[in-house]
Amino acid sequence: MSTIASVDLQTLGDAFGQGAIYALMAVGIGLVFGVLRLVNFAYGQLIMAGAYTLAYTSGWPVAASIVSCFAVVVTLSLAMDRLVFRPLRGSSPAVMLVTTFAVSFFLQALALIIDLRDGTLGQIASSVAPLNQAVSVGGVDVRKVTFVAVGVAVGALVALALVLARTTIGLHTRAAASDFRTARLLGVRANRVIAFAVVVSGLLAGAVAVLLTVQNPFVQPDFALEDTIIVLVGVVVGGIDRLWTATLGGFAIGFVSVLVNAALPTDKTVFLPSVVYALVIVVLLLRPAGLFAWGRRAAVERV
Amino acid sequence: MSRRLDTLTELLGPAVIVILVGALATTASASNEVYFLNALVFVAIVVAIYVFVGISGVLSFGQISFVAVGAFAAGVMTVPVDSKKGVLTSVFPLLRDHSVGNVPSLLLAAGLGGVFAFVVGLPLMRLSGLAAGIATFAVLEITHNVLREWTKIGPGATTLALVPETTGALQATLGALVAIVVAFLYQRSRRGRLLRASREDPAVARSVGVNIHLERLLAFTLSGALAGFAGALYVHLLGSITTEQVYLELTFLTLAMLVVGGLTSLWGAVIGALGVSGLDSFLSRAEQSHVHVVLTFTLWQGTRLVFLAAIMALVLILRPSGLTGGRELRLRWSLRRGRG
Repeated sequence: MSTIASVDLQTLGDAFGQGAIYALMAVGIGLVFGVLRLVNFAYGQLIMAGAYTLAYTSGWPVAASIVSCFAVVVTLSLAMDRLVFRPLRGSSPAVMLVTTFAVSFFLQALALIIDLRDGTLGQIASSVAPLNQAVSVGGVDVRKVTFVAVGVAVGALVALALVLARTTIGLHTRAAASDFRTARLLGVRANRVIAFAVVVSGLLAGAVAVLLTVQNPFVQPDFALEDTIIVLVGVVVGGIDRLWTATLGGFAIGFVSVLVNAALPTDKTVFLPSVVYALVIVVLLLRPAGLFAWGRRAAVERV
Repeated sequence: MSRRLDTLTELLGPAVIVILVGALATTASASNEVYFLNALVFVAIVVAIYVFVGISGVLSFGQISFVAVGAFAAGVMTVPVDSKKGVLTSVFPLLRDHSVGNVPSLLLAAGLGGVFAFVVGLPLMRLSGLAAGIATFAVLEITHNVLREWTKIGPGATTLALVPETTGALQATLGALVAIVVAFLYQRSRRGRLLRASREDPAVARSVGVNIHLERLLAFTLSGALAGFAGALYVHLLGSITTEQVYLELTFLTLAMLVVGGLTSLWGAVIGALGVSGLDSFLSRAEQSHVHVVLTFTLWQGTRLVFLAAIMALVLILRPSGLTGGRELRLRWSLRRGRG
């Protein structure tokens, strides 16, 4: 009895950890979508770039390694905006999405070339690996990274909420997210708001890179690709039109996947994706505007 | 008269270029022929996607599910019965003890693709925008997961081999032509025009009595049948296949072909498929050997994808409506500008 209860608590801990990391990614994707109306499929490759930076700076002091990870990811995020997103502003959603596919493949192929210079595929990012050790809390083994992930997620979300609520740039960002053209007419500077969103989303990608390399220190070109796809699904299921519903969606899909995985019989866990995606379809059919988008009916656009 | 000429060009342009590629395939060396055939099968797949995504304007990541179902259905059913007992040991006896010929397998794949698309589309076609994109993506994930793990209907995670390689120059060309003609007839038909109207303005289309759900469902089913058919062509070209070959990468690549060519025209679908696969073949040959462009240089592994992705991104940034601008082929250039 007690073993079952402890396993369940452990699963719950893992579920919160996974949910927290996915929530951070969801904020990064949701912020950029808010101001640019662009679903950034290449978000995972920002995280991958951060993870490679951590791997290549493994010999450095931990702090220096993490700082360089953030620097690389934010620079890449800004470059992506300047070179790709800006020329695409105002294009159709399909074109923007497919272009970010292309960017994603480009960065993965580039990473492959850089990675293969030493003759082997994959690099080890071990500088923050000690966080993977477990600590015992009331008889339950919880990995340290779970606390760090939940702590970072809560801290980042509270900080972001304060910035969005209390500062001028936050006000401008919220205005741009609700109606970009009107906000511009009222004097909100488009490039500044977009740069703000892009930098914050880059910072979050850097944080996720650190957290994910703790779980999986073996970095390859497709690092974080699968996670990004799952988070994109979660963001739309939650409701991409608002940052908070998007974040909740990201959290929910991470949380639920871990729970469903634990609930399935061992010989049936291979069908986990089918179960999760069937749930996704059901939710989308019942609430196409988003699971958490309360009080907002998806109105037919008028002519 | 001139309108009739336009209609004719709209069909003949794509058809002639496909026949040309097919003719080139027969003159190419054995090692090069596969690139041409590959391009033709991609035309069939991209045209299948165009029938739904291009005409309805609803983004779908799910059409490769129907390619996958078609490929595995045609593949499993054409492996000779004698070999099946050795390689497909765990499948249902019905599948294990029977095999069909090449043409029936193509029809079977088209039928299965259509039925599957209809069943999936019945609830899903109520959605539009990003919700539709994600829901169809979920269909792709589920299809891939089931094909990969359920060994009673196919080879599971192992390679399905020993499929007769019947897609030569003739079958690839005819297959691509069938897809083009079906797409052309559909887009010129009343139903196709109603769906196109709903893409341009859903509210107005609905107000004049277009049943958008029904029109989308019809196009989705037709697209599923064509995709299943294209999947069968694909498996008969490759001779062996795994579930990973009809999954994410193929989805992104074919969607990219459609968008690069021009999302809203049949001409764009054909040009995109041929252009991107031509570029891809050139780069993969370059990756394997020395290429004389300006200087002789050897490309190292990964370079092909870097170039391919960079060129696709460039095309989309410089020309967001695709190489053809999303228009059908017209012979009289002045008129085109007048209408633009």
